Amino acid sequence: METKTTDLAPLGPRGALKRETAEGLQYLTFSLAGEEYGIDILKVQEIRGWAPVTKVPNAPAFVRGVMNLRGAIVPVIDLRLRFGLETIEYTKTTVVIVVMVQGATGNRVIGAVVDGVSDVLNLQAADIQPAPDFGTAVHTEFISGLVTIEAGMVMLLDVDRLLSVEEMFALEAVRPSEPVAA
Amino acid sequence: MAIDIGQFVQTFFEESFEGLDIMEAGLLALSPGATVDLEQINTIFRAAHSIKGGSGTFGFREVAEFTHVMETLLDRMREGRMPVTRDAVNTLLESVDCLREMLVAAREKSPVDANRVEEVRERLSELLDAKEAPPGDTGGKPASAAKSPSAQVAGWRIRFRPYPQLMHSGNDPVRMFRELADLGELTARADLGRLPRLAELQPEDCYLAWELELRGAVSRDAVAEAFAWVEGDCELEIEPLAGDAPAPAATAVKAPETAAVPPPADPKPGGPREEGQQGELMLERRKGEDRRRGDRRASVAAADSGSSIRVGIDKVDAVINLVGELVTTQSMLSALGEDFDMSRLDKLHEALDQLDRNTRDLQEHVMRIRMLPVSSVFSRFPRMVHDIGGKLGKQIELRINGEQTELDKTVIEKIGDPLVHLIRNSLDHGLEPPDERIRAGKPETGVITLDAYHKSGSIFIEVGDDGRGLNREALLRKGLDNGLLRAGEEYSDEQIYDLIFHPGLSTAKQISDVSGRGVGMDVVRRNIQDVGGSIQIASRPGKGTRITISLPLTLAILDGQLVSIGQDCYIIPLLSIIESVQIRAGEVNRIPGRGEILRFRGQPLPILRLYEMFGAEGAVTDLEKGLLVVVEADGRQVGLFVDDLQGQQQVSIKSLEKNFRRVAGVAGATILGDGRVGLILDISGLIRTNNAAI
Repeated sequence: METKTTDLAPLGPRGALKRETAEGLQYLTFSLAGEEYGIDILKVQEIRGWAPVTKVPNAPAFVRGVMNLRGAIVPVIDLRLRFGLETIEYTKTTVVIVVMVQGATGNRVIGAVVDGVSDVLNLQAADIQPAPDFGTAVHTEFISGLVTIEAGMVMLLDVDRLLSVEEMFALEAVRPSEPVAA
Repeated sequence: MAIDIGQFVQTFFEESFEGLDIMEAGLLALSPGATVDLEQINTIFRAAHSIKGGSGTFGFREVAEFTHVMETLLDRMREGRMPVTRDAVNTLLESVDCLREMLVAAREKSPVDANRVEEVRERLSELLDAKEAPPGDTGGKPASAAKSPSAQVAGWRIRFRPYPQLMHSGNDPVRMFRELADLGELTARADLGRLPRLAELQPEDCYLAWELELRGAVSRDAVAEAFAWVEGDCELEIEPLAGDAPAPAATAVKAPETAAVPPPADPKPGGPREEGQQGELMLERRKGEDRRRGDRRASVAAADSGSSIRVGIDKVDAVINLVGELVTTQSMLSALGEDFDMSRLDKLHEALDQLDRNTRDLQEHVMRIRMLPVSSVFSRFPRMVHDIGGKLGKQIELRINGEQTELDKTVIEKIGDPLVHLIRNSLDHGLEPPDERIRAGKPETGVITLDAYHKSGSIFIEVGDDGRGLNREALLRKGLDNGLLRAGEEYSDEQIYDLIFHPGLSTAKQISDVSGRGVGMDVVRRNIQDVGGSIQIASRPGKGTRITISLPLTLAILDGQLVSIGQDCYIIPLLSIIESVQIRAGEVNRIPGRGEILRFRGQPLPILRLYEMFGAEGAVTDLEKGLLVVVEADGRQVGLFVDDLQGQQQVSIKSLEKNFRRVAGVAGATILGDGRVGLILDISGLIRTNNAAI
């Protein structure tokens, strides 16, 4: 199994980050179907290259399967499908961002498949604008804010809600395997 | 003394908690009214005594004082000066709880609920005072009449001359005096006559002697009791106090006066009638306390689970032996590897086989260290049955079998609560009140059985009662009301009984303190399933209900058979596989509404096409081209249709739920030899869904 791990060491130990940037925030940005999204870097555990996963029967379509993360069983979710976008062939830049999600029943580790990682953004709280009510591919409840950078706009995602297991699977009985409508 | 006693504190706590368990078990075995089993009381007394001694030594004064009161009460029972009443036993049981809380608080250095301690202690003293009074009102033995006057003297003069080495054995006169001071008014006079010059003084020796005067209605035994630990280390004289009390004869006259002073609220006038009221009052109070006690008990359990397990030395020795063998194999292998050529390939294979065997044995034995007898769970039930039975006014006998059956520690921890629930249900709903039982022609005393046994790689625990059984009609109605069942269809008993595991269904007419809120049985089932077990119900109206829980021996590792379905690989626990067969054309019948059935060894065997259930792509769909794996769970068989068998492998079970959620038909996941994730099939779950579908 070939696994590529991007080292996040240049960012420094995660505990130190918060202190260094004082009130500043750091976001990891990634691309998905031509749009840029950002997630709080403190939620990110690691970034891995795409490797085949084990399919889970009767799971919603956006769950690609489960992978072995050093002995732990971690579900892998395709963000394109989660957002109801069309899928593409996985390429060399396709990566899995492993995030720690805080849920009602404790912390869970979840992998999210994205088209590719882009950058790390240093932001001040003042840079973040409120999310718009419409006009995005992503359901607005998952967007915690918007940031304008030189290259365009970055949508900041609320990972805890987006990848909340309760949210993703609780309603699954009602609408099996259906990606969230755009 | 240079010894740091801190290191023994942990041992003290462990032993004390064990002592409490012994006391509890002993108290429950005491049958009020009947002839008192002296040995039983002695056992309880000894346990209390050790706790008292230990807590004094370690400076837990409150504990020591509290235990002392209990001990006094027990002592009187032992000497037959006090009858063993239900009331007394209940109070003592409560004291055991209270003591347990105090010890937990002492261990965790958290504050004790002083009110509760005081309350229980008061009740103990009430008992003491009431029963010390003239015999007749509670039917004390005649012996008590003869004994009590001698016990009620004005006081005692004690000459206490310890030998120099007294303190070497960990005894401290100060502590003993404190104990005496609890009994009555104490004056101590030290005799410094033996005190050497400072230069000659050995700091660890005891040079002092004392003359003590203890005033109060104290029995000689109680005084001697304080010195019980220093017997042989001192000269001790105890004699009745003369002096201002004119003569021994006069003390008897004086006694009632002194005895009457301590209890301001005298319980005597009401006689037996009031006793009954007191009993009721206590039940009321208990209700409120139950919850609190539950919390505290939980905290004891929680603290325990983190700490340690006791392992028999034989188990450890076995592991050490195996490690020795492993080392031998390792050196054999490294010798082989040093100058290896193909001619020694056979030897290498041999050594690898040995390594394989060693690893398996070692694993098995290390697992065994985690195995605990199920009695550690069962032991709490006699008390629970006693308490709840009393509260519900039912007569109940609890029969426990097979408590030595061993189970993995994790499983043991997880099944406690479900079992509590099941037994409560049996107590509350299952067993009828005595009058109803008599009307039904059954013995007045209801029987709850708790069995544990080992069968074919699983542990079974059965909770049975000889009560009224499940109410099929009521369940059916509920099921129809809630839309869980469809009207006009035939349902098997099993399907209907299964409804009690459904959240929100309770057929109890009244919600009681004990159970009936309709939450619970679903949680019970979930907890059992969490540890990889399953639960089944059998019930006969008027005869009783039997709930059988089957549990895996161990959680961590199982032997698995790898099977392929399309591109996916699944694992079937080897233990549940009966055999694998190829299907020939014409052997399979399609039965409308029941799917495909294979006539297999004269029995109809339902076929489950796994690729259909799991939505696998590229799987073999022609029954003749694949394989049928016949599996069994919960006493039922099905054939799982798969593409092919792969290898067999020992797999360690990983949780799928930790980061994901429960998946129907899948018991867990594991990491395969090539690093990929493999899913382990949940056979009993598959069989259940198959049954639900047809």
